[in-house]
Amino acid sequence: MTSQVVLQAIISGILMGLIYALIAAGLSLIFGLMEIVNFAHGDHLMVSMFSAFWFWMLFGIDPIYSIPLTILVMATLGVATHYFIIRKILNSTMLVQICATFGLAVAIRALAQFFFTPDFRTIKNPIIQGKFEISGIFIGQPQLYASLVCLIAFILLYLFVTKTETGTALQATAQDRQAAEILGIPSNKMFALGWAIGLSCVAVAGSMLSNFYYVFPDVGVNFSLFAFVAVALGGFGSITGSLIAGIIIGIVESVGGLLIDPSFKLLYVFAVYLFVVIVRPQGIFGRY
Amino acid sequence: MINNISAKLLEAKNEPLWYFNKNSLIIIGVIVLSLLLFPFASPSKFAIHLMMMIFMHAVMAQSWNVLAGFSGQISLGHAIFYGIGAYATAYFYVKLHITPWIGILIGIGISGFVAMLIGIPILRLKGHYFAIATLLIGISFQVVFQRWPEVGSSSGLWIPINRDSPWTSMQFHKSKVAYYYISLIFFIGTFFLVWLLNRSKLGYRLRAIRDQSDAASSLGIHVSKYKIIAFVISAMIMAPMGSIYAQYVLIVDPNNAFNVDISILVLLISVMGGVGNIWGPIIGAVILIPISEFSRIYFGGTGHSIDLIVYGVLIIIICIFRPAGIVSLIPRSFREREKAK
Repeated sequence: MTSQVVLQAIISGILMGLIYALIAAGLSLIFGLMEIVNFAHGDHLMVSMFSAFWFWMLFGIDPIYSIPLTILVMATLGVATHYFIIRKILNSTMLVQICATFGLAVAIRALAQFFFTPDFRTIKNPIIQGKFEISGIFIGQPQLYASLVCLIAFILLYLFVTKTETGTALQATAQDRQAAEILGIPSNKMFALGWAIGLSCVAVAGSMLSNFYYVFPDVGVNFSLFAFVAVALGGFGSITGSLIAGIIIGIVESVGGLLIDPSFKLLYVFAVYLFVVIVRPQGIFGRY
Repeated sequence: MINNISAKLLEAKNEPLWYFNKNSLIIIGVIVLSLLLFPFASPSKFAIHLMMMIFMHAVMAQSWNVLAGFSGQISLGHAIFYGIGAYATAYFYVKLHITPWIGILIGIGISGFVAMLIGIPILRLKGHYFAIATLLIGISFQVVFQRWPEVGSSSGLWIPINRDSPWTSMQFHKSKVAYYYISLIFFIGTFFLVWLLNRSKLGYRLRAIRDQSDAASSLGIHVSKYKIIAFVISAMIMAPMGSIYAQYVLIVDPNNAFNVDISILVLLISVMGGVGNIWGPIIGAVILIPISEFSRIYFGGTGHSIDLIVYGVLIIIICIFRPAGIVSLIPRSFREREKAK
C-alpha cells in the first residue's frame, strides 16, 4: 500500500465529507432552532434526489440547472412540514416529536416506494461526468463539482445566518424564543424559514448527488445516519461544527474502508459517534 | 416534588401486590378464556396467523414500552434483542442440536447480557443522543451478522425440517395452532409480568426516576442501576419473540432479524396505543397489525408500502391530536387502576 492510495482515500473522503456536511448543516440548523431532530432528513434528501431525477427524466433539465427548482420544491415541502406537523408538536414531549418525524420518514419512504417502485435509477449522460488525474490520483468530476457546490452553499448559509438581519433574527430565535418574540421577531415564521433553509441545503446536496449516485427510495437512510453522527460530532445546533464533522466522517469512512475492511465502513463512523457522545456529550463545538 | 415521590414509594409499600379490581378481573378473564378457546372455533389459517402476529407484536411493543415507560429512554434499536433471540435458537439447534425450548432461554440470557453491556455506557446519554446511539448500534449488529461466517453471513441460518419429533424440535408442520398457543402463553405471561412490575417497588422506583431523576437520586435511588435493570428486563422480553418467529418461518437472516423496521414498528405500536400504559401496546398492535396483514393479502407484493403509508400517516395524526395514544380515549374510570401513576 503506497501513500498515494491513502492520499486518494483522503481526497475522496473530503469530497464526500463536504456533501455530508451540507446535509448535516440543514439538520443542525433545524435542531438549533427548535430542538427537534428531523428523523425524516434522509428521506427529504431522497425526495430531492428524485426531484432532480424527474426534472431530468420528464423535462430534460440537467441536475446542475434544476438546482433552483429543486430548492423551490424542497423549501415548499419544508414550510408545509412545519405548518402541518411540526408547528403542532412544538410543545409536546421529545418522544412525540421523535415519533412524528419518524412517522413522516416512514410515510415519505413508503410513498416513494409506492409511486416510484424500489428500482435503482440513474441520470444518464449528465453534463458533469468523467474523471481526471493529477499525479496518479483520480478525482471524479461529479464528486468534485458536488463538493464544490456544497461548499459554496455552505458558505452562503454561513454568511446568511451570521451577516444578514434575517439570519441574526434566526439566531436570536434559536437562543431564546420568548426574548426574540418580545423584540418583535415572529418565532413561527422563523421556524418555517428554518425548515425552508434546512431542506434547501438538502436540495442542493441531493441535486449534486443525483449526478453520480443511484436514486432509489432507501437512498437517504445511510446519509441521514451520517448526518446524525455529524451533528452530534459537531455539536447540535453548530453550523461550523457540522462542516468539520462532515469532513471527519468522510475521511473516517474512506480511509477506514481502505485500511481495515470496506464492508465495515458504517461501523467506523458509528464508533466515532459513540466515542464522542460518551467521552464528550456536547460534541466538539457544542454549546452545552 | 420529593414529597410526591416519597409518598408514591410509601404507597408501594402499603398497597397489596395482588390487588384485583373486580370488573377488570371479569373482563380480563373473559378475554383470556376466549383467546384460549379461539382455535376450537375452527378459524381460518389466516385468522390464526393474524392473532399470532398481534400477540407477538404486542409483546415486542410491551418490551419497548417497559424501557420507555419506566425509564423514559427511547430506544430505536430494539431489533437487536429480537435478532439475538432468533439467532440463539437457530444457532444452537443447527450447530449444537440443542432443542429450541432451551434455545429460547439461552436467547433471553444472551439478550439480557448484551443489554447490560450496551446499557452501561449509553444509558447515561440523554434524549436524542440515546435514541441515535441505539439506532446506530442496532444497524451495527445487522452489519456484523451479515458478515459473520459462523452464523451464515448474509444468507443466514436455515433450520432443518424435522417431521419426527415436533415437540423437541419446536416445529409444527401439520397445524399452526401450536405456535398460536406458544405466542399466547408468552403474551399473557409478559403482560402479567409487566403488570406485577408496574405495582412492585421496583416499578415505583423506575417511575420516580423517569419523572424526576434528580429528586429520586436524592432519595437514595441508584438512577443508572435502575435504568440498566429496566433495559435488561426489556431486552429479555423481546428475545423470545425472535425465537418464536424463527421457529415459525424456519429461517433466520440478518436482513429480517435485525431489521430497523422492527425497532421502528414497536415504537409506533406503543405510541399508537399509549406509552407508559400497560394496555397501550395491546391496543396499538390490535390496530396496526391487521392493517399490514390485510394489505399484504389484498395488494400482494406492493402491499408492503401501502401499510407503511397508513402507519406513517396514522402516527403523525396520533402525535398531533392524541399524543397520549388511543388509550387516552378510553374513559378514565376504566383505566384508573392500571394507569402508570
